[in-house]
Amino acid sequence: MANMCPNKNPMPHQDPVVRSGNFQEVALGYTKEQAIDEAQRCLNCKNMPCVSGCPVQIRIPEFIAKVAEGDFEAAYQIIAQDSALPAVCGRVCPQETQCESKCVRGIKHESVGIGRLERFVADWHNANATEKAVKPASNGHKVAIIGSGPAGLTCAGDLARKGYEVTVYEALHLAGGVLVYGIPEFRLPKSIVQKEVDGLKDLGVKIETNVVVGRSITIDELMEQFGFEAVFIGSGAGLPMFMHIPGENLKGVYSANEFLTRINLMKAYKDGSDTPIMPLKGKKVAVVGGGNVAMDAARCSRRLGADVYIVYRRSEAELPARAEEVEHAKEEGIIFKTLTNPTDILGYNNPEDKRDPKNGSVSGLKCVEMELGEPDASGRRRPIVKEGSEFEMEMDCVIMALGTSPNPLIKSTTKGLEINKRGGIIVNEEGLTSREAVYAGGDAVTGAATVILAMGAGKTAAKAIDEYLAKK
Amino acid sequence: MYRIVKKRVLNPTVTLMEIEAPAVARKAEPGQFIILRVDENGERVPLTIAAYDREKGTVTIIFQIVGATTEKLNHKEEGEYLQDFVGPLGRATETEGLKRVAVIGGGVGTAIAYPVAKKLHDDGCHVDLIVGFRNKDLIILKEEFEAASTNLIIGTDDGSYGKKALVTDLLKEQIDAGVHYDRVIAIGPVIMMKFVCQLTKEYNIPTVVSMNPIMIDGTGMCGGCRLTVGGETKFACVDGPEFDGHKVDFDEAMARGAMYRDFELHAREETCNLFKQEVK
Repeated sequence: MANMCPNKNPMPHQDPVVRSGNFQEVALGYTKEQAIDEAQRCLNCKNMPCVSGCPVQIRIPEFIAKVAEGDFEAAYQIIAQDSALPAVCGRVCPQETQCESKCVRGIKHESVGIGRLERFVADWHNANATEKAVKPASNGHKVAIIGSGPAGLTCAGDLARKGYEVTVYEALHLAGGVLVYGIPEFRLPKSIVQKEVDGLKDLGVKIETNVVVGRSITIDELMEQFGFEAVFIGSGAGLPMFMHIPGENLKGVYSANEFLTRINLMKAYKDGSDTPIMPLKGKKVAVVGGGNVAMDAARCSRRLGADVYIVYRRSEAELPARAEEVEHAKEEGIIFKTLTNPTDILGYNNPEDKRDPKNGSVSGLKCVEMELGEPDASGRRRPIVKEGSEFEMEMDCVIMALGTSPNPLIKSTTKGLEINKRGGIIVNEEGLTSREAVYAGGDAVTGAATVILAMGAGKTAAKAIDEYLAKK
Repeated sequence: MYRIVKKRVLNPTVTLMEIEAPAVARKAEPGQFIILRVDENGERVPLTIAAYDREKGTVTIIFQIVGATTEKLNHKEEGEYLQDFVGPLGRATETEGLKRVAVIGGGVGTAIAYPVAKKLHDDGCHVDLIVGFRNKDLIILKEEFEAASTNLIIGTDDGSYGKKALVTDLLKEQIDAGVHYDRVIAIGPVIMMKFVCQLTKEYNIPTVVSMNPIMIDGTGMCGGCRLTVGGETKFACVDGPEFDGHKVDFDEAMARGAMYRDFELHAREETCNLFKQEVK
């Protein structure tokens, strides 16, 4: 008989006041007892609706049944067949709109905490498993992967397990893509990403950092001179978008990508890091945007000691960020200015002293209030400016978290690679581009999306590459 | 890791290093840059490629000691290694079809102007290389400059070598003497590029400048290197680093370049103190 408690076992968390002053992980993870208790809430439905909600189709009821039995390693092995990065997904997947949204327990009460259980199982495995992955015998085929983010790592892992000789090219000095430069330590500890990367190396995957495909080497060279028979492009998000309002190039205006890269990849918040970041203690920061990236930037600013405002043009109901991130941000004291849109970033200018170092720095944000009108093409109600509602807020720093447009480097250096009008690489349902043997997936195709969708795309492409090369 | 094959002190604050980086040397072209990290805690610093040798697999950089990172870099010796070295980044200089060009360099920028001048000169273009230094002792790469130009014009701020004149004055002299330039290429401090562009605009001479803003990834991801060119936001790492000098908002670029000045001064002092302690 299942555990019929209507609510999920709550996730233990670091106290909000304490955590808003440190970068350690916020969610602490279930204990063994909590995990078993939660697993027993699963009804083990025959038609497994949860699995249909998972982009990589993890056999959810099967792994949960193993957790309920207390056989955590067996649970891990079930997940590992479909997901290359369970410790990552258990933390950053939007389960509430995926697997958990389909859970039968969620119809009347709260769904089973599938994400929390996935995280528990992966962490248990990482802490307790002693067996190293073994490099499979080579099948003699070489595949190049561009980008070591979630799409690339997943594709690399799936192919390496089948015996392909896989080389991953990474532009930055560290592997992991958005998992290391974008998502903060307090949401996804970097040691976990490192562990997943090391696991792939054990499988024989070669990772070449400091290689910018499109500059250091082209896709044509990889295939013609370096003997790669297939290529997967998982180069991720590109240039940050701005609003094109006055003042966006003032000192103290960051794109979320730059701000987060300074903090997460370059560790600018730590003593001993040579990378600077604007001192934010006691300063006012506005983060413009309402997605997960905006929440990450806001929560990082808070941890650097700032008073932080999220400025978002629609209402709270339309925030694209995960509910959990919004809730965490609020607990940490971040103020939400919804139905608010910036029109100008105001700058400091001392007319008496042209050499005043503060000249050209952010001093405030001019905004208008918005109201919601009829639904637009995206189905969301369109924000409309309220007449005569202009107001100003004092600010020292403004972070633009408005999304990105795909990176132009690869498309401009690869002949015959077709892109859509937004700059995304065009692929078919198998991830194949307009070029033979060249596949793509993740943000490079879709524009900014989630880790798990990128992983799903990496997985689809790996399957297609395997079928393609098997035929050759 | 990337080995330092050669180190040469060009003047008290400017150093040349030849780095073993075959993958970068294979594709490097004049006008492009690299990003390096000195050690594990190092920041990512963009530096223009001063020279490359495809056969030896090396890339030469020339840097001025201005902050903690360049201070640390300058303490590395031949045979030691740099943590990271990635490139080539940015777009190469367009040199096709040019008959007569003035290449203008100021300070450490003269070193960066060198490969562009050399490429033009090798391609048969008439190159007037106009370089400026504060004084005679700071002059670098004189022989290389001579070999890379048809006409080398050196000026100093104090008149201790060549004419006592700014590069803008030297350029103006040429133009007023009737020299017709297809293009002026200016590489150096932002303030110098600004004044060169003010001058060439009066004469309607197309002018290209090489911008070196603050940058992190250098591949079109962070957006830190953005600047305003002709009223539009451009990214130096993927759209540049060279731009139409008559369209660049130099004042904004100067303000943005000074964003971390306090941090840099402080960090350099700390780094210097650390090195002093090591010496003791």
